[in-house]
Amino acid sequence: MARKLLEKSTIDKALTGIPGLDEITFGGLPAGRPTLVSGGPGSGKTLLGVSFLVNGAQSFAEPGVLLTFEENAEELARDVRSLGYDLDRLVEQRKLLVDYVHVERSEIEETGEYDLEGLFVRLDHAIKEIGAKRVMLDTIETLFGGLKDTGVLRAELRRLFRWLRDRRMTTVVTAERGEQLFTRQGLEEYITDAVISLDHRVHEQISTRRIRVVKYRGSTHGTNEYPFLIDRDGITVLPVTSLLLEHAAPDERISSGLPSLDGMLGGKGYYRGSTVLLSGTAGTGKTTLAAHFVNAACARGEKCLYFMFEESPQQMIRNMRSAGVDVSKWVAKGLLQFHADRPSRHGLETHLLEMHHAVEMFEPDVVVMDPITNLMAVGTTIDVRFMLTRVIDFLKTRGTTALFTSLASSDMSLEHTETLISSLMDTWILVGLDLQGARRVRQLYVLKSRGMPHSDEVRTFRISGRGIEIDPPHDANGGGKKVPTKAAKKRAGARSR
Amino acid sequence: MPPETYELRLYVAGQTPKALRAFANLRRICDEHLSGRYSIEVVDLIENPALGRGDQILALPTLVRRLPTPIKKIIGDLSNTERVLVGLDLRARRTGA
Repeated sequence: MARKLLEKSTIDKALTGIPGLDEITFGGLPAGRPTLVSGGPGSGKTLLGVSFLVNGAQSFAEPGVLLTFEENAEELARDVRSLGYDLDRLVEQRKLLVDYVHVERSEIEETGEYDLEGLFVRLDHAIKEIGAKRVMLDTIETLFGGLKDTGVLRAELRRLFRWLRDRRMTTVVTAERGEQLFTRQGLEEYITDAVISLDHRVHEQISTRRIRVVKYRGSTHGTNEYPFLIDRDGITVLPVTSLLLEHAAPDERISSGLPSLDGMLGGKGYYRGSTVLLSGTAGTGKTTLAAHFVNAACARGEKCLYFMFEESPQQMIRNMRSAGVDVSKWVAKGLLQFHADRPSRHGLETHLLEMHHAVEMFEPDVVVMDPITNLMAVGTTIDVRFMLTRVIDFLKTRGTTALFTSLASSDMSLEHTETLISSLMDTWILVGLDLQGARRVRQLYVLKSRGMPHSDEVRTFRISGRGIEIDPPHDANGGGKKVPTKAAKKRAGARSR
Repeated sequence: MPPETYELRLYVAGQTPKALRAFANLRRICDEHLSGRYSIEVVDLIENPALGRGDQILALPTLVRRLPTPIKKIIGDLSNTERVLVGLDLRARRTGA
């Protein structure tokens, strides 16, 4: 799995400057060649192309020509301005040239032979005028609606792409997705260097945009579909971090917040930068355990970012105070920050991006997400797992320790949810309630913890006004429950209802 | 009503066979149908590339009828006289033509 994907590329690349896209293409679009960007209406293909041009002009000293075949010029300028791109200013600075090509079939009579040399002359003139290195054709297939002789048109488009290659123009060619093909007119036949496909799906009223690099001649590329976002900052493709499993694995250990639990974890607690899953049914003390962890981190002077998908921060602070863990002082000291959000407010990818933003702004040492299972309401389990993979990848790259709580509603979903996400976790702690006579007894055990010897006991604990107190282990002969993990897990889930 | 004067502009890019054919065809048609009331300006985009944008030139050759208004465009080497006359509004468009 940890196969090294980065290899020496055989071709030059031109950075798009679009966060994430340069990562999944391992360095950008093929330099000096055309790339086809295909997608349905509103899929973001024009914005992707414009971002490529604007970033080229602003950040990479590569002026660009935008040849647009779309009817409404003002609309384009307004759309991109809403994303903070001031095309007019770039045009003034001669870093960008926009040429609106307008073809109205009803105004044109065709008689006899012609070619599209006029288009070549205009493009050539525009390129020379500003010393362009980048070109965007948006959407050239519109010509098929304006001119009748498709034979000439096809021959001329083929010539155009060759012409752009000869001039070493890094080009984005946008196209409307066809029924069978990536483009209505089969442009992929002419543009074989790279093909990017954009997609906009709505699943249970929540929309997700996805991007996929279908083809990239002469280069490795991520082949998955990646979610992407269009917001006030433009396009962001997720992940914005590395795709490689190359995180550092620190040896440093940090406390779980409870010396007795640290004792069960090889005596030293969690590894820094690792991921911890706390799972159990409702009311078993997951949030209280998380609060202990936060408390210990802040007491060490570390910063903690707490994402909550269920309670409000005030509610959590009050509840924890009554359980003997006062975290409000850390909020006052600026060491603890809450980020509360209703899962159903956005799609998963928006949550993911907001988490990225929040982590980048606050730069926490420790992150808590409570409970991740609430995100299941927003996407399918597969989507949630996918998103968590990104989150974990991002946090591990930063060396941030992450604790996730997971709410199990029944034995069934406990199994299902957790088999899907548990493999992402380094440490997995289960909490549950056991009915013993007239009392429900809280239990806890470490189901797994990578890279350390850990306790295999099921330990009982109490939550009092002084927080969580884990009872001492039963002595070796006295009924210490040593159970096979699978069975124990099922029992913990079944009992606790 | 005095006959209207036709102000025509023929866009080409260099003296290509298509361009020469288009010019010859245009002269012939104008002499036959617009004798004494037309002017032709030939614009070579190789010499004046900036002029292509103004008249939205894409295909070459392109004939633009600048006057009388509205502006009309005819693309190609003008080898079909009938179509050129229709395009210049000198002959009614036949249904199915």
